[in-house]
Amino acid sequence: MDDHGLFRSGVRSELGGQVEVVGEADDVEPAIALITESVPDVVLLDVHLPGGGGQVVVAAIKATHPQVRFLALSASDAPEDVIAVIRAGARGYVTKTISGPELVDAVRRVAAGDAVFSPRLAGFVLDAFAAAPAASGDGPSFDPELDQLTPREREVLRLIARGYTYREIARELYISVKTVESHVSSVLRKLQLSTRHQLTRWAAERRLN
Amino acid sequence: MEERTGWLGYRYRRRGPLGWVRGPRGSGPLRRGKDDRLAGGVAAGLASRMGFDVNVVRLVFIVATLVTGGSFAVGYVLAWLLVPADGADGNIASQAVTDRRGIAVAVGLGSLLVVVWIIANVLGAGGLSNLAWPLGLCIAGIVLIWRNAPADEQATMRQLAEPLLSVTGGGGRSRTVLRALLAALLLVGGLTTLLSGHHRSAVLRPLGGVALVIAGIVVLLGPWWLRIARDLVLERQARARAEGRADMAAQLHDSVLQTLALIQRRADDPQRVIQLARAQERELRSWLFDGRVPGSMGEAGLTLADGVRLIQQEVEAQHGIAVEAVTVGDCDLDDDLTALLAAAREATVNAGKWSGADVVSLFAEVEPTEVSLFVRDRGRGFDPDAVPGDRKGLAESVCARMARRGGSAIVRSIPGEGTEVSLTMPRAAGERLPSRT
Repeated sequence: MDDHGLFRSGVRSELGGQVEVVGEADDVEPAIALITESVPDVVLLDVHLPGGGGQVVVAAIKATHPQVRFLALSASDAPEDVIAVIRAGARGYVTKTISGPELVDAVRRVAAGDAVFSPRLAGFVLDAFAAAPAASGDGPSFDPELDQLTPREREVLRLIARGYTYREIARELYISVKTVESHVSSVLRKLQLSTRHQLTRWAAERRLN
Repeated sequence: MEERTGWLGYRYRRRGPLGWVRGPRGSGPLRRGKDDRLAGGVAAGLASRMGFDVNVVRLVFIVATLVTGGSFAVGYVLAWLLVPADGADGNIASQAVTDRRGIAVAVGLGSLLVVVWIIANVLGAGGLSNLAWPLGLCIAGIVLIWRNAPADEQATMRQLAEPLLSVTGGGGRSRTVLRALLAALLLVGGLTTLLSGHHRSAVLRPLGGVALVIAGIVVLLGPWWLRIARDLVLERQARARAEGRADMAAQLHDSVLQTLALIQRRADDPQRVIQLARAQERELRSWLFDGRVPGSMGEAGLTLADGVRLIQQEVEAQHGIAVEAVTVGDCDLDDDLTALLAAAREATVNAGKWSGADVVSLFAEVEPTEVSLFVRDRGRGFDPDAVPGDRKGLAESVCARMARRGGSAIVRSIPGEGTEVSLTMPRAAGERLPSRT
């Protein structure tokens, strides 16, 4: 779902044949109606929809249909918006410059319950979590389980940011692709569940710059 | 509460019996009021800060000015210069220090006044010379404000000065003659009073004489001074407009027009057209919305992330390969990091030229003690040992450049799978800036 018709038809033709496209919408209201009606496996979602942005759609659908998965897709890369959509519940984020086969792959991955991290998102996440020196008095809400990345997760994110695929990361770190996927999913979970002020403050700081 | 707009746009308010209390005290730093200002808005700002009525504060100001013999007015002008207006970024003074011509005019006018008063002093009108310094300083300050205030404040000042301008500004021969006559009369009158006063050493008469001399000078030269001031303002506005237009024209020529020309020439190569359009869009956006001037590498004030972005734009535009750039953290550039960027640029250009891949990944991370940069492509790769000695790209531009600065470069390449260049540069202790993309 995207507010540019041209782009939607482009995606449709790229996905054509390999993924069943059940519908498309160009605004928040019709999108929610369409998703509620057709209950797709995966919703491709522009971060910047007119009428409230992608996170409104994610939040609305998550409440009624928790099984629908979202993949955020965007040309604008304002990190705070991307993080907001992810925190609302999207399973991944790719840029609109992604190639057709890669997009199909990403959709499959999200459908299977995995997280999809583009290099850019990996960069944002590293940035957001690095912005806070660990355990620097974040108050009682600081939860090392949720509010900090493990060194391994950090390593995986770095490799994603460097342009490695999951398979290449697995080979590089001598772990299985499944393990890479579980690391990434755990990062996603932390990103969504962390109540740390740091994440919101980070986004606010970015907005100021 | 009733409100109506009166002279000079000042709003009169009618209140209940406790009219001098305006309301709750404001908070935050002192700002000059914007909506109900008469001159600089200092009183308005102070009033809303303290919770008093504006007019009470104004009255206090006027009384203070009379009591202190004008010194308080200097304080007012200073506050006007130094206190930022409500909602503005900086104060007028920070603008004024760069306005050389304004400073010259201010010093000129202020000192002229002081000189006049000193002459008057010498001629025996001692009592009024105390006024010279405050008046001179005020004039100088107001000139600076006039030249450097934002447009809306200038409008207020122009409104204030309008009666003066309309009376004296008119040309016409008869008026000039009239003015010269009046000036001559005042001068002669003043001088005779002065000279005669000297003999009798009376107190009041020299005073009157000095006043007349001054009045004569003002009537004679006043319109000219005002015209100078007005011309300066007009000239400045015109120049600002012209500069703005020239700037924009140059910018559009360097970026958009060039790209459009390239696109026309490459119309048969969709891939290339897309890349050109994408690079141009990014550049235009960063110029329009972030105020970043394209291609301004090497200028002061750039950060590492800016540098990475520039590499991305350049390589995408010139080598027709997409660059996926990600930066984590940011910091100001120094010589070492500029060298790191130069090495990264070379590595990226290399990837664009030789790898045959569609996309190069560029990842930069700023850590407390070092900055790492990775350039990776999934192209054809090469055997690092088999590179002929005369092809100096990687060896000289990347590895040696890094080594000279105390950094390191590792090139990993597998034929058929791609290449990755890892660059690390230790950094002098410095603040890690939050990154912006």
